[in-house]
Order: sequence, then structure tokens, then C-alpha cells
Amino acid sequence: MKSREYQQIDPKALPTPTQSPPSHQHQAVGDDGRTPRRKWEVFPGKNRFFCDGRIMMARQSGVFPLTLGLILVTSGLFFIFDCPFLVKHLTSCIPAIGGVLFVFVLITLLQTSFTDPGILPRATPEEAADIERQIDDTGNASYRPPPRTKEVLINQQVIKLKYCFTCKMFRPPRTSHCSLCDNCVERFDHHCPWVGNCVGKRNYRFFYTFIVSLSFLTAFIFGCVTTHLALRAKGGKGLMFALQESPGSAVELAICFFSVWSILGLSGFHTYLVASNLTTNEDIKGSWSGKSGEAVTNPYSHKNIFINCCSVLCVPMPPSLIDRRGFLPADEPAQTSGVDLELPNPSTKSDINVCVQGPKGLLESAALTPLLATSCPQGKPQTALPCPENTSALNSDPSLELSQRCGGTHHNSKTYGSTSPPLPTKGRLQKHKRASSHTPRSTFDDHVSPSSHDGNHRSTDRGHRGAKFATLQ
Amino acid sequence: MAETHSLQDLQQPAVSSKVFVQRDYSSGTICKFQTKFPSELESRMDKQQFEETMQSLNNLYAEAEKLGGKSYLEGCLACLTAYTIFLCMETHYEKVLKKIAKYIKDQNEKIYAPRGLLLTDPIERGLRVVEITIFEDRSIGSGR
Repeated sequence: MKSREYQQIDPKALPTPTQSPPSHQHQAVGDDGRTPRRKWEVFPGKNRFFCDGRIMMARQSGVFPLTLGLILVTSGLFFIFDCPFLVKHLTSCIPAIGGVLFVFVLITLLQTSFTDPGILPRATPEEAADIERQIDDTGNASYRPPPRTKEVLINQQVIKLKYCFTCKMFRPPRTSHCSLCDNCVERFDHHCPWVGNCVGKRNYRFFYTFIVSLSFLTAFIFGCVTTHLALRAKGGKGLMFALQESPGSAVELAICFFSVWSILGLSGFHTYLVASNLTTNEDIKGSWSGKSGEAVTNPYSHKNIFINCCSVLCVPMPPSLIDRRGFLPADEPAQTSGVDLELPNPSTKSDINVCVQGPKGLLESAALTPLLATSCPQGKPQTALPCPENTSALNSDPSLELSQRCGGTHHNSKTYGSTSPPLPTKGRLQKHKRASSHTPRSTFDDHVSPSSHDGNHRSTDRGHRGAKFATLQ
Repeated sequence: MAETHSLQDLQQPAVSSKVFVQRDYSSGTICKFQTKFPSELESRMDKQQFEETMQSLNNLYAEAEKLGGKSYLEGCLACLTAYTIFLCMETHYEKVLKKIAKYIKDQNEKIYAPRGLLLTDPIERGLRVVEITIFEDRSIGSGR
């Protein structure tokens, strides 16, 4: 180390990233020239923010209003039509249990929908330039750019980390870029249109609790309604009489009958995922099922069901990495990253030039970002196999079913082929009957995953198509 | 011979470059940073000092994410209350993050600022990198 005299830098005088830069720099102002702008206002992903950044959802709310509506309507009808009768003839515990379950379901649904799923903020320009430089250094001198993957060894398994062209960083393991929300999400499970948000590391436990409590609620209401109608129809009066007396029960019966199977199946499936420390994304892609012939096991599993469950559901709640409510500094234009605080840097201009104007980088991002951003082309949706969940590039068929039932109201212009056929759907419509014939996925055996490992998805005899799994990678 | 600097130069040293220490995924998805000493810092500080800082940071993050008896209890209680306790109390992770922020501030004051360096808290960068800003050498009267 050279012996040089360094001027002692007073840390307090330094414009640290944690505070606003001193003296002449003010906070970024909003339109009225007075209110400082918050970071959520310049967030680059496709999300919607409410309550000044406290609540966030995907831009497309999907069928979230329908989910909420169905739960409220069914529970409302239950309390109005069935509870008085059952309290009189059975026990007053029934509305109490129903009430607790209903509140549980509602709270967990709102938490799943409104929580940041684990979005990774995009890399700052300097970071992106640094990574580009590293990639270029290690690449060869040939015309073709080097592949943007990095390999790491986790638990004696080689895991490939892919470079995300939108977020300009190497994705951590188990992270996937959701093309609907245009964000990289940690421990990406799937994008759920029913809750109008991605399901990832931070809100998976809410989602799991939601579907488990919803299965209890649906089964409970179904049981109570059946008991109610049976009691009314006693004495030879018949079911039609009972239904006439309590019309609300008919509606509840229909809704619950069609949804209880799919929700129970979904809960069972996710219980299996939790116990094996898998994500829906990995399960669908068959990342650890060893189909490519190598002996691959899930490197993230603790090989113990109890520890796996705890590591998914009981691990300390990670913080939100996107600082939604922080203020932007005044000299910060609305960059693509939007969350960093950078000093004006004449000496790093060359780095920024490499990042922005480097021909290779530009060409690649121009070629590949549209592929990622627009996700799957509009394929003809699969009608025969509705699916309950999405992976990032696919929309589930409930949108299709809705449109078929309601006559062409597409909530989303991008509809794709379904993902995994053995999964019973969450759809509460009549098409569900076909799905209920499928075996629920709650078994622990190695199922036949319809997807392939590589980016080119080949349709199986179940007729999957349009699934551009490349966008998941 | 003393060089003359403007007052602004003295108070706001120019940034000469930034070094990014990436994440180390060899132990899985837990938050851990590489402890390899970057070559750009060779002229500025001790390798051992740097590795010690990184190791302490890694230990702190491991503590934040640790699966222990306390976190099980917290998780079970949270589940029973439909996770509403997260709205009221500070989570274990957040508590450790505050500790980390304090540690970084401490390290900056004691070790890095005297050497013309600045550590940025990784949480400001989405836990992707540890950003080390290298300021220009502003030695006064060095006469070199």
C-alpha cells in the first residue's frame, strides 16, 4: 500500500445515499411545485400503487374483484339465509366459526394482493455498466456476444443464473421475471390473476394461508348449506320446497360445489410444494425432476418436511426491497431504476456510455427485451384444460372461461395455453366439471410434468401451447 | 508546495469510481456477499480489514434470516392472527437491518472514510451488491 496522505473525509459532510444531499439540492418536486415526489411514482414496473405507496398491486387486477365479490356474496348469503335457521336448529357456534373463517380469508386475501411479492429493484446504471464490463471481459473476441448466464454451485448442484435484460442484473436463484408485472420477483411462484398480484417470497405465506382457509370456509359453508337444506326437506317436503324457502342457499350451493374441489386441490398441491420447498414455477418446468437424465435433486430442500414447511412459512418476514415511500432527490430524473440515489459523476461518464451506448448491449437489449416484455404471443387458449395458476408468461384460463360465459369480455388481451392439466382449477364455472375429473395434485409422487426443461416448450398430448418458457427464465 | 483547491472541492470530493461486491450464492438463496478483495481497493486499504467487514456483514444477514425457535414462534403467532401482527410490530429482520445500518455507518466513520472510501448499505441497492465508492485522492500538500 502506498503511503499517501489522504485528506480525511468527514463522513457527515459526504452526501451519503441515506440522506438527501446537502446544501443546494432539494427534494424532487411534484407537479404543483411543492410536494416532494416519492419513489413509487417513478417505479419502472407495471404496478399500481395506492395510499401513497403503502399498497401495491399488479397493473392488471385480473379477476381480483370477482374473487372478492364471490367470497363476499357467498359469505353474505350464508349469514343471511343459513345461519338463522342453523342457529335455531343446531348450535350458535356455526356463525361464530363461519365468521372467524370469513375474516381470516378476507384478511389473507387482501394481504396477498396488496403486499410486495419480493420485487427486486432494477440495477443502477453503474452496476449495469460494471456487469456489462465483466461479461465483455470474460467473453471471447468473436462476433457473437457471449451467453448471458453465470453458473454457481449450490449444494453440489450447478445452477445457471440468467441475466435479466430488463432489470440489467443476473437473477438470483429462484428468481423469475414476471412479464405481466415487468419485475423480477424473488422466489417467484406464479402470477395469480385471482389475487391480482404475483406470488413470491414475501407473500407466499399469505397466499398459502388464504387458500387453506378458503378451502375450510368453502367446505364449511357447503356442509352447512347441505345440512340446512336437508333439515328443511325433512319430513317428505322435498328439496325443491327447501330451495324455494331459502333461495340464497341454492346460489351458495352452486358456488361452493364447483369451487370446493378446485380449491381443495390447489391447497393440496401447495401443501406438497411447501413440504418439498418447491415453487410452482420450478414444479411446472420440472427443474428438479431429473428428466434430463442427470441426478438432480432440489438443492433448496432441507430433506425434512417439517423444516421445509418452517423455512417457507415461518422464516422471518423479509423486507420490501423497493423503497416505495422514500423520497426522490431533486437532481434525480425519472430513471429506469428509479430507486437509486447517485452523485453526479463526470468521471464515470465513460461507464454510462458503455452501458447506454455500447452497441452490443443496445442491440441485445433491443432484440431481447421485447421478447421478454411482451411475453407470449396471443395463442389460442386451451379450452379443455383450464388452469388455476399462472407462471409469469401465461394467463390462466379463467379469463377465457369468463369470456366464454359472459360473451367476450376479456379482462386481459393476452391469453395463453394452460399450464398443468392435472391441476384442478379454481374456476367456479361450469367448465370446472371437466377439470374435476383430473386427479388432484396432492400426491407426492413424481408427476408427469408437461413442460420441458429448455426454452422451447413442446406441446404434449395434453395440448399445451403458447407457453414461452423462455420468458420465465 | 500546497495546491489550492476551491472550497467546494474540499467539501465534496469527486467520485473516481465505484466497486461492486456481488452476492455469493454458493450457500443458496440466503443473503451473503463475496468476501474476495477487489483489486481496485488494493491501493487504499488492507485486505484483511475488508474481509473482516464483509464477514461481519454476512454474519449479520445470516442472523436476520436465521430459522430458530424464536422465528418459529413468531411465524406461528403471525399465522394465528392472520399476519396482522406484521402491521403492528417490527419484524426480526427489520431489527437486524437497523443493526446493519449502524454497523456500516460505524465502519464508514472509522475505517473507510479516512481512506477515501464509502460503503453503501446493500439495502439501498436491493441487497444485490455492496457498493464501494472510491473518492479521488485529494491529498493537500503532498508535493508529488
